[in-house]
Amino acid sequence: MPLLLTVITFLPLLSVAALLLLKADDHVWIRRIALAASIAEFLISLFLLRGFDASDSRYQFEELHQWIGQAIHYHMGVDGISLFLVLLTTFLTPLAILCSWESIHEHPKGFFTALLILETGMIGVFVSIDLFLFFVFWEVMLIPMYFIIGMWGHERRIYAAVKFILYTMLGSILMLVAILWLYNLTGTFDLQDIQAKLQAGIVSLPPSTELLLFLAFFFAFAIKVPLFPFHTWLPDAHTEAPTAGSVILAGVMLKLGTYGMLRFCLPLFPDAAHRMAPAIGVLAIIGIVYGALVATVQHDLKRLVAYTSVSHLGFVVLGLFAFNTVSIQGAIYQMLNHGISTGALFLGVGMLYDRRHTHEIKEFGGLATPMPVLMSFFLFISLSSLALPPLNGFIGEFLILIGTFQSHHAWAAWATSGAVLSAIYLLWAYQRVALGEITVEKNRTLQDASTRERIILATMAVMILFMGIASPLFTRRMAASTDNVLRQMDRPQNALRHPDSRPGRHFVALPAPQPYPAPVTVAERRARP
Amino acid sequence: MISAEQITNLHRLAPEIVLCIFGIIVMFIDPFVKPSGKRALGWLSFFGALIALASVRIVASNPGAAYSDLISADGFSIFVHVVVIVATALAILGSLDYLDQEDIQRGEYYALVLFAAAGMGILAGANELVTAFIGLEMSSISTYVLVGFRRRSLKSNEASLKYFLLGSFATAFFLYGVAMVYGATGSTRIDAIQSFLQSWQATHSGPSALAIVGLALIFVGLGFKVVAAPFQVYGPDVYEGAPTPVTALLSSAPKAATFAVMLRIFSVAFGSASHYWFWAIWVCAVLTMLVGNLAALVQTNVKRMLAYSSIAHAGYILVAFAAGTAVGTAALLFYLAAYVLMKVGAFLVVTHLGQQGEKRVEIRDYAGLGMKQPMLAACFSLFLLSLLGLPATGGFLGKFFAFQSALDLRQPAFVWLVVIAAVNSVIGAYYYLRVIIVMYFSEPSGDYVPTAVAPALTFALVLAAAGTLYLGLFPSRVLLMAKSAADSLALH
Repeated sequence: MPLLLTVITFLPLLSVAALLLLKADDHVWIRRIALAASIAEFLISLFLLRGFDASDSRYQFEELHQWIGQAIHYHMGVDGISLFLVLLTTFLTPLAILCSWESIHEHPKGFFTALLILETGMIGVFVSIDLFLFFVFWEVMLIPMYFIIGMWGHERRIYAAVKFILYTMLGSILMLVAILWLYNLTGTFDLQDIQAKLQAGIVSLPPSTELLLFLAFFFAFAIKVPLFPFHTWLPDAHTEAPTAGSVILAGVMLKLGTYGMLRFCLPLFPDAAHRMAPAIGVLAIIGIVYGALVATVQHDLKRLVAYTSVSHLGFVVLGLFAFNTVSIQGAIYQMLNHGISTGALFLGVGMLYDRRHTHEIKEFGGLATPMPVLMSFFLFISLSSLALPPLNGFIGEFLILIGTFQSHHAWAAWATSGAVLSAIYLLWAYQRVALGEITVEKNRTLQDASTRERIILATMAVMILFMGIASPLFTRRMAASTDNVLRQMDRPQNALRHPDSRPGRHFVALPAPQPYPAPVTVAERRARP
Repeated sequence: MISAEQITNLHRLAPEIVLCIFGIIVMFIDPFVKPSGKRALGWLSFFGALIALASVRIVASNPGAAYSDLISADGFSIFVHVVVIVATALAILGSLDYLDQEDIQRGEYYALVLFAAAGMGILAGANELVTAFIGLEMSSISTYVLVGFRRRSLKSNEASLKYFLLGSFATAFFLYGVAMVYGATGSTRIDAIQSFLQSWQATHSGPSALAIVGLALIFVGLGFKVVAAPFQVYGPDVYEGAPTPVTALLSSAPKAATFAVMLRIFSVAFGSASHYWFWAIWVCAVLTMLVGNLAALVQTNVKRMLAYSSIAHAGYILVAFAAGTAVGTAALLFYLAAYVLMKVGAFLVVTHLGQQGEKRVEIRDYAGLGMKQPMLAACFSLFLLSLLGLPATGGFLGKFFAFQSALDLRQPAFVWLVVIAAVNSVIGAYYYLRVIIVMYFSEPSGDYVPTAVAPALTFALVLAAAGTLYLGLFPSRVLLMAKSAADSLALH
């Protein structure tokens, strides 16, 4: 289907135009149109599944047009890595809109506008193959999130919004320098071309250059993930954001970081990735354990859920940097799981907040009595988040641990402790919130989940179960692309190195940078098989 | 009898001639116009600027040197002319209602704006140092008066005097430098200096010391005009004191024209001696970015903040300047085009929001603007985000091309320069976003009564905003023009 990706990417932006035509106080229709647009978007994005060829590791649904000068193209495509992340985005956005149905009273038009622009930005990041285009979406995405936190957040929203945007911008500006440098060396912004040139040895990077480029990209993504010790913006941003903001932030935006690592850091700079892997693995493990421990002692429920992200994303990074098919597939799967489970946790916490306007755990207690349905869902989601078989979280974590164990026994052992700790903090939190006697009188009369909330939570629960049982449906489509990444990491030059050699010790002398290769025109590219 | 050569000379100077004629007409009929009708003189000058803009086409179809090589009507000059005249036209549109509101609607205001623009045009096309000096003085003297145009305001008077004293000092430096260069090379013509230095370097091992000292003095004079550190001290005071539409003009068009003449002097005439001035520009760029951004962080006055931001931007432009290549020049020209639109746009928003007597120019006065005047706030946000360098705006691509051209040279000095510039643009993000925070995230203050934006200003804002977005999304055309403009310079 031609133009499918363009349609998916820009449909939310187009629906913003429709929103802007409405009067600012027409709350009902603003919500309806936003929801309708996001559901339509989800349904259209399902066409991706139908046309996707699981055996093909290349980009599919490709679109290629000249944009700026000879070097910058409007180049889009999806492969097994980005396919489900796009679907995750289109799946979570309607739920985020639905959960804001009654909680956003001020300027709903601005809120839904920001949410839809955000969706365009996130999808754009996942489907861009041109580095310039990627960067444009990457940065543009920040602004709506900044507004969502800053305008509709809680008490310390401005502090959180500024911290969020400055952290991310600091990371991304260095990435911009790296992108320019890479262009300078290869003469193109096109990821496929850069990959091909590096792969074939037409352009070879001296080890020090490769390391710097790797670090510049990695730094941007590590802040986004966030990897310990770059995580300090996350608890603030999550705690202060409105529910929909947290859902999108945890559900999709954090994945942009791990996606970026998998898409850029590993295949473009494999030697540097190998060299840095020990350090990154250790940081990931620190993140897993530290995130879990800090989550345990939180007295703010939302902050607790935020810290679980630090822990869970540590698993993902660990899986990526264990460099084998199983662990990387597990990592991608865990990205999706985390999006669903943590998104659902934030939805649940948001529903509690809508009733009591607090996140303090001590304000709750015994909630299962007045709200059996809501609390059952909450338990179910918590179990998914702590990776209980046969729910979705189990599959991802298990794949990551198996894969990591193959290459690093110690990493896997440490990471497993994180899995144990997750049971402690989540179940303990559930116990304090839902079980026992009702400690605060106000809680006795709380309403159980409304129909709207039941729809939201049931959708999530079905998805959790489905992803737990039917995981081959997903991993089957990822396999070709993950293998492809590993193949790309295995450069011919590397063959000169002993496979078990210590990183960094056996680099062969690489030739000096070549002059600019002639830019490839669109016509030539299209003619290529 | 007028010879064919004289006619071609006139063609090549068409925009300046048009601007001056309209300036003279405005001055001439000013005494015969009733005070209530002075506004029409503004429209007349706007019309004049449009004709000047159209007359750039005449120059484009008659490229070459005019008046015994004093003026060079090349692609480079044409590009800068367009930038300067567009900025002037936007500033005139912004002045119309401002002058009414401040009760200083006078014909000479518009005439001075036109004369300043003509001076900048000469500066952009100057192929000879004394001609450049004339252009510099024409634009400077006009702007000295414009800065003090709010006669009854102390601040405006102070700014004018400060600008005049320091400005004449700076032009003296420039003139002194020109004299030394003339002494060393025997000519004041750019191409003659270029060939002299090239042949000098072929036969001598060291530099021509006198010429380099002269260049240093010229650098001081021009560094002052583009408000580069360490010559920036006067900038914020003058920008704050001047009537806001004049600030809009001052922060955009003269900078563009001065950068143009700087390029001719440094990259063309002294192109073969680039290793002597490279580090001076490097240090100056780093200082300018740091001073501009760090000082802007703590400002509470919007005009001062934007003034420091324009200092920071001069630093980014110097990054492309330091590269000294054709790619760098193209990047610089593109940057100028984007910069002029967003800067004039931002100052025009401030013009409107200042209200009578410019009493609302503190950042906190903008609280809740996002709710009270959503379109104006959105416009201002767009300009701020473009100044910040957010993708999809012209400001981003300006920075992008500037960084790219510097990295193109593959030298550590440039890599560091770009890294410093990149970190600086994150520092910049803080203060631009702070204004957006106040506009959108703060509660509106009670006593503010929004006034409707006048049609002329609306028109100017829409043009600037559309241009900013156009340069951000579809830059190919302008970039191509900038490239061919850069190629028309005989770079080393």
